[in-house]
Amino acid sequence: MSEEISPEMFKQLAALAALDLDQEQADYLRHELNQQLKAIHELAAIPLDDDLRITPHGIVYDQAISPTPREDVWQPCADPQKILNQAPQVEDQYIIVPDIPHEKLD
Amino acid sequence: MELCDLTAHEITEIIRSKQASAVEVLQSCLKRIAAVDGKPGSLDSAAESEEDRKKVHAFISVLEEDALQDAQKVDRMIQNGEDPGLLAGVPFSAKDVYCVEGTYTTAASKILANFKSPYTATTIQRLKEKGAILVGKVNLDEFTYGSSNESSAFKPIPRNPWNTAYVTGGSSGGSAASVAAGEVPLSLGTDTAGSIRQPAAFCGTVGCKPTYGRVSRYGIVAFASSLDCPGPLSRDVRDAALMLQAIAGADRYDSTAASLPVPNYLAALEDGVRGKRIGLSTDYFQISYPDPESGELLQKPVPDEILAAVQHAADILRDAGAEIIENVPMPNTRYAIPAFFVISRVEAASNLHRYDGVKYGYRGGKPGDDLLSMYRKTRNEGFGMQPKLRVLMGMYVSGAQYAEQYYNRALKVRAMIRRDFERIFDHKGSYRLDALLTPTTTTPAFQIGAMGGDSVLMQYADQFTVSANHAGIPGISLPAGFSNGLPIGIQLLGPDFSEASLLQIGRAFEKGSAAEPWRTMKPEVLK
Repeated sequence: MSEEISPEMFKQLAALAALDLDQEQADYLRHELNQQLKAIHELAAIPLDDDLRITPHGIVYDQAISPTPREDVWQPCADPQKILNQAPQVEDQYIIVPDIPHEKLD
Repeated sequence: MELCDLTAHEITEIIRSKQASAVEVLQSCLKRIAAVDGKPGSLDSAAESEEDRKKVHAFISVLEEDALQDAQKVDRMIQNGEDPGLLAGVPFSAKDVYCVEGTYTTAASKILANFKSPYTATTIQRLKEKGAILVGKVNLDEFTYGSSNESSAFKPIPRNPWNTAYVTGGSSGGSAASVAAGEVPLSLGTDTAGSIRQPAAFCGTVGCKPTYGRVSRYGIVAFASSLDCPGPLSRDVRDAALMLQAIAGADRYDSTAASLPVPNYLAALEDGVRGKRIGLSTDYFQISYPDPESGELLQKPVPDEILAAVQHAADILRDAGAEIIENVPMPNTRYAIPAFFVISRVEAASNLHRYDGVKYGYRGGKPGDDLLSMYRKTRNEGFGMQPKLRVLMGMYVSGAQYAEQYYNRALKVRAMIRRDFERIFDHKGSYRLDALLTPTTTTPAFQIGAMGGDSVLMQYADQFTVSANHAGIPGISLPAGFSNGLPIGIQLLGPDFSEASLLQIGRAFEKGSAAEPWRTMKPEVLK
């Protein structure tokens, strides 16, 4: 069976996933992806009933078990510093984002 | 026997009756950790010594000071005649995906190694409110992605207390190992494809995956949000019931936490199995595995000792009054792993996109890098191979041109797997089962390194457990004997929210097998 994810397609996927991979990692990951896809292809052979409904979860969230959504009420954060302390770069209570590269479109 | 070897229900009894204090119990656990655990998991990549290879390495962090304060509080309450709660003074560990305010929550990943949680998971909060003592956070497969703990970025990885050359299973491997080695009587794990039940089976503990939504997921690092279930690992069924009692129930912070009232799991625990209908399915006696070349699914029988353990359990339950129904068809079981490959990867990729080096966690690259460059370096340096695989696969199978072929089809297969269970548990149907009895795993624990980085083979280790995650139903794994010195687990699966019934059946099996010689065996690390 041919490899579904070619080196070119893999390169594109890695770029979209924001992963800067070296060749050794790329070779391993592409091999594993193609192996997994072989296993996944088994799904194509399964006859599916017409009335199958896709649900967001296995269990059915009917009225008996569904919680009522809580009111959407604004609340102040008790200690925003706790959140800010986690950020790699903060200035004047703002999380600093590195420069965003711009590309001029024709 | 040391205090740390007691079960949780025995510990609460002796603390309440003042035969021992919560501090004494905690100190016994800390002493055991010092004796068997070895150096904690860390990002230090130093080679493992011969001594390291004989230790359990369940813990990433031991929270000794906080635990001591909590234990002293329980003792003060007892002295003042107050009730510290259902789990008074019971030490527990938590998989390192549970947020605990002010402590590190690493998910066993470099990208979260410096993340100090600003809030506490609902489950942890509830356990603490009921008097339980959090002793520490335990290791796992990175971001829960794996079935052996070998993918953890925190080394040394946990080792199986029954034979340290073997894996603990995963991803809640540190949880199972810490309970089996007598370091704590209870641990909180999570189960997305079998991550509580499979390590429980490998390490000889009880592991319970509740119905999806029975326990809040608030404050847990997510893997696949439609499948993740928090739940207990324990040394016996009563302890699993105790812990589940403490953590189950609606939660205003998790809209998927079911609003259904929580029953008393302890009330009917000793009621036995008379009249219960328990099924056996030959579809769970076959191991599916993909041909490495074609991908075609092949099948072979489960090992004799696994089959014998299930049949022996069925005999015990039959003798206790249950009706055993054989040849229950579960035709879509074999498709559970291929469907999981798709659904879990799509959800994992979505969850992993938040790790970007901006808001929290590891940041790669150097000052002055632009945003894209920083993203790429952060994620490449911060993620191990398993998160990378999941991001890539999740993005591929959910791409606009492939979604119908893969993702939507997998969701329909999930619905078919759910239908299999609805049919056998239907009270008006042909089978009317209270539970399905199956092996938990296809084999006992395998040797560390045996899978050699084969992500497909590793995923197939979950083939008897993952269907319950697709269907959302509860499952419990119970110790059921040994093969060559390694534990074997059996599994009970039941209808939605049937935890009380599963625990009751599990307890009946436990009583029926209580006198068997294997029940007295001790893990190698305790000899």
